[in-house]
Amino acid sequence: MRRIGVFVCHCGSNIAATVDVKKVVEMALLEQGVVHAEDYPYMCSEAGQSRIAEAIREKQLEGIVVCSCSPRMHEATFRKCAERNGLNPYLVEIANIREHCSWIHKDMQEATEKAVILMRAAVAKVHLNAPLLAGESAVTKRALVIGGGIAGIQTALDIADAGYHVDIVEKEPSIGGRMSQLDKTFPTLDCSACILTPKMVEAASHENITIHTWSEVEKVSGFVGNFTVDIRKKARYVNMDKCTGCGICQEKCPSKKPLNEFNRGLNNRSAIYTPFAQAIPNVPVIDASACIKLNTGKCGICEKFCQAGAIDYKQQDEIITEQYGAIVVATGFDTIKLDKYGEYAYNESKDVITSLELERIMNAAGPTKGHLERLSDGKAPKEIVFIQCVGSRCSDDRGKPYCSKICCMYTAKHAMLIRDKYPDTNVTVFYIDVRTPGKNFDEFYRRAVEDYGVNYVKGQVGKVAPQPDGSLLVHGVDLLENKQILKKADMVVLATAIEPNPDVRKIATMLTASIDTNNFLTEAHPKLRPVESPTAGVFLSGVCQGPKDIPETVAQAGAAAVKVIGLLAKDKLKTNPCTAKADELRCNGCSQCANVCPYGAISYETKQVNDHGIREERRIAVVNSALCQGCGACTVTCPSGAMDLQGFSNRQIIAEVDAICR
Amino acid sequence: MNKVDEIKQISGVNPLKCMKCGKCSASCPSFNEMDIKPHQFVTYVVNDDVEALANSKSAWKCLSCFACIERCPRNVQPGKLIDAARQILIRQRGQEGLSADEIPALLDEDMPQQLLMSAFRKYRR
Amino acid sequence: MPVTENWKPTIVAFCCNWCSYAGADLAGSSRLAYPADVKIIKVPCSCRVNPMFILRAFEKGADGVILCGCHPGDCHYSTGNYYARRRMTLLFSMLDYLGVEDGRTRVEWVSAAEGVKFSETMNSFVEKVRALGPNVRLGDLRCKN
Repeated sequence: MRRIGVFVCHCGSNIAATVDVKKVVEMALLEQGVVHAEDYPYMCSEAGQSRIAEAIREKQLEGIVVCSCSPRMHEATFRKCAERNGLNPYLVEIANIREHCSWIHKDMQEATEKAVILMRAAVAKVHLNAPLLAGESAVTKRALVIGGGIAGIQTALDIADAGYHVDIVEKEPSIGGRMSQLDKTFPTLDCSACILTPKMVEAASHENITIHTWSEVEKVSGFVGNFTVDIRKKARYVNMDKCTGCGICQEKCPSKKPLNEFNRGLNNRSAIYTPFAQAIPNVPVIDASACIKLNTGKCGICEKFCQAGAIDYKQQDEIITEQYGAIVVATGFDTIKLDKYGEYAYNESKDVITSLELERIMNAAGPTKGHLERLSDGKAPKEIVFIQCVGSRCSDDRGKPYCSKICCMYTAKHAMLIRDKYPDTNVTVFYIDVRTPGKNFDEFYRRAVEDYGVNYVKGQVGKVAPQPDGSLLVHGVDLLENKQILKKADMVVLATAIEPNPDVRKIATMLTASIDTNNFLTEAHPKLRPVESPTAGVFLSGVCQGPKDIPETVAQAGAAAVKVIGLLAKDKLKTNPCTAKADELRCNGCSQCANVCPYGAISYETKQVNDHGIREERRIAVVNSALCQGCGACTVTCPSGAMDLQGFSNRQIIAEVDAICR
Repeated sequence: MNKVDEIKQISGVNPLKCMKCGKCSASCPSFNEMDIKPHQFVTYVVNDDVEALANSKSAWKCLSCFACIERCPRNVQPGKLIDAARQILIRQRGQEGLSADEIPALLDEDMPQQLLMSAFRKYRR
Repeated sequence: MPVTENWKPTIVAFCCNWCSYAGADLAGSSRLAYPADVKIIKVPCSCRVNPMFILRAFEKGADGVILCGCHPGDCHYSTGNYYARRRMTLLFSMLDYLGVEDGRTRVEWVSAAEGVKFSETMNSFVEKVRALGPNVRLGDLRCKN
């Protein structure tokens, strides 16, 4: 019988207000093996921990149960406390009487009864806890960044500057991401390309950064400190080493039909292309679906004109395998599809555009060379309507329930730029709320109204109706005037909701990183660990974690980099000792456990065993504790019950079940 | 049951979900005929002022076109609220119910049933 | 089965460490109430739950057992919840055959962000078990007085 100590925390009034902590202490003393029980207002405090320390010494405790908040909160705290005082940290169990009891029950008697039962289950379990020792594993001093937008570039630069090698994997032909598509940035109105391109060049020329563009992550295995990643380098059909980036191939390519993705499909590009002039690397790719040579075997014009002899129609996809210690996800966002919003006539009229499309129209390298014109007839619009919250803040199945955060500010920016460049154009913004939390943000919005005469109307637009004369009739409302508004417009700009890049789900599954209902990656703690995924060794940067603007993205990218650097700076990591273990005498070598193991952690050895005096050679399962992550799939599969999980053994869980059902 | 609960039960709408965007009023073809505007229906229910809503011109000016129901981003659907207000009024007058024989044999299958019902309620006045 | 007025069911909930246990924590920190009859046991993954544990619970007097794991595709260990799903399908059909009603067993996917779903799931499960009354089928008679 172990000597157990039970410590009941009041958590101020968080627990004590609904659970009779004295009663829990009293009941604990009746449990078998409990030689010490006490309550304290804040067990996690310095003073609370010293009471635990004192009890360990004075009562020679061999196991501890702390009835407190969730183990996700303070298990580590109490384990460290035990370790400092000479008790194996795995002889500590937490009974969660806050999140699972006091916070959800109102009736004191009911909550106290439940707390007692949870305490009993923990005591029953701790009697069977084995002292475990954490192993160590080496750390590969190299990081992978998935996504080469501003988030990925900034994270990579910060990690690289600290002296660690970083690989960036970008699925497009060039790094740059969404920011490279923007014309100007709020609230300073500096040119997006002018501030981004130097960073792109810096990343490309950094000795510690390797950039894989036109590449995708194919497979991820391993764990924190030791990830093995397969990267598919898609066939570019252009030799990166030979190409000089002269651009003649793009000029001469006869296939000019494909939609230009960089310009949001508003114009066309050639089949061999670089997405934009400042692309890095400045090496084109051939779009295999549009290339005449690759599809019919005839053409070959680019090859003929290429002085460097860089064109290679025989190139194949290549898979490279690399080792990393940490992975940063920076997959960014896209705007949502507007197919379900028939009332805004986006699919009907060319003059109803998204804000990102307007960004391209305003850009000198865009489809209209920077002239603001209607895409239907090329005329300059005299009346422009902006509609806010298109697809954002929707609780129906058409849109997204969250606020996309950046739209209020970029709409103010667009309105201001248009009024500045084309003073005879009227701009009306229909809004629900204008949200401008940020440094110099509200001042910026007020400037749009006060200095540039942008007309802000409170009320969502109901419908945009294309008219026979080519104009657009906007059915709006002014809620402050309580009047319906019918406004004829030449152009309508929709502040379309943003959503995580659709590829993120695939990547999250490979990384076993969790994802929320909106496909945003979940952080390890919403407040205290915002740049880490709950999966150890995986970090989050940029909009893949939630909507944010450029300064916030850059800040988060830096924060993610610091976490990566902190990890890579370690030579060894402590591994989770709660791994599976086979009982040599019971194992019959059937291989079923190896079949279900997701980590390939189980192998077989032929061993001499002494089974009740009979010496013989048997084939026995052996678990590699560095690879085993402790899921327990093998323990249930094992037909002879030889496999067990340390820390969550069959006997421990059954003891808990018995205590609860007692 | 008080009127507010009754209106919530009949309509199946939780008016507290409204974020006051006004898309309903922007969409409403009878907006100018109404004394209480569609986006205000919600506030009247929240403020426990069902009587005023039921006695307003709006109750009989709503066309049951369902534009507000289709487009409401928060599933508040003011059209259902006004229809419920109408129904409360009709129940008070003891006119509830429509016998099966009264429904014309030729019904448009694509027509939403609620539209049909609200039209009946409206024109039986 | 006659139900005494003060009868309260005993319900064991196995929750995986990564999603459902965190979902239960979120239900707690969001103060989303569910009956105190539910007692949670933390397991690393839903695939750690041996059918033996569930049989044991019923043997010792549990009136309902629920297993919560990550959503398909979101398992922290990639595939654990798929194993759990297959095993429980078989186990539950056997239990049903033995007379332990369908409503006393359940598998539910609850993510770390779904505090509301956790609370709603527990409320509806407990309601169902309460309606079924005490479980007598697998109870170990030797334990009774």
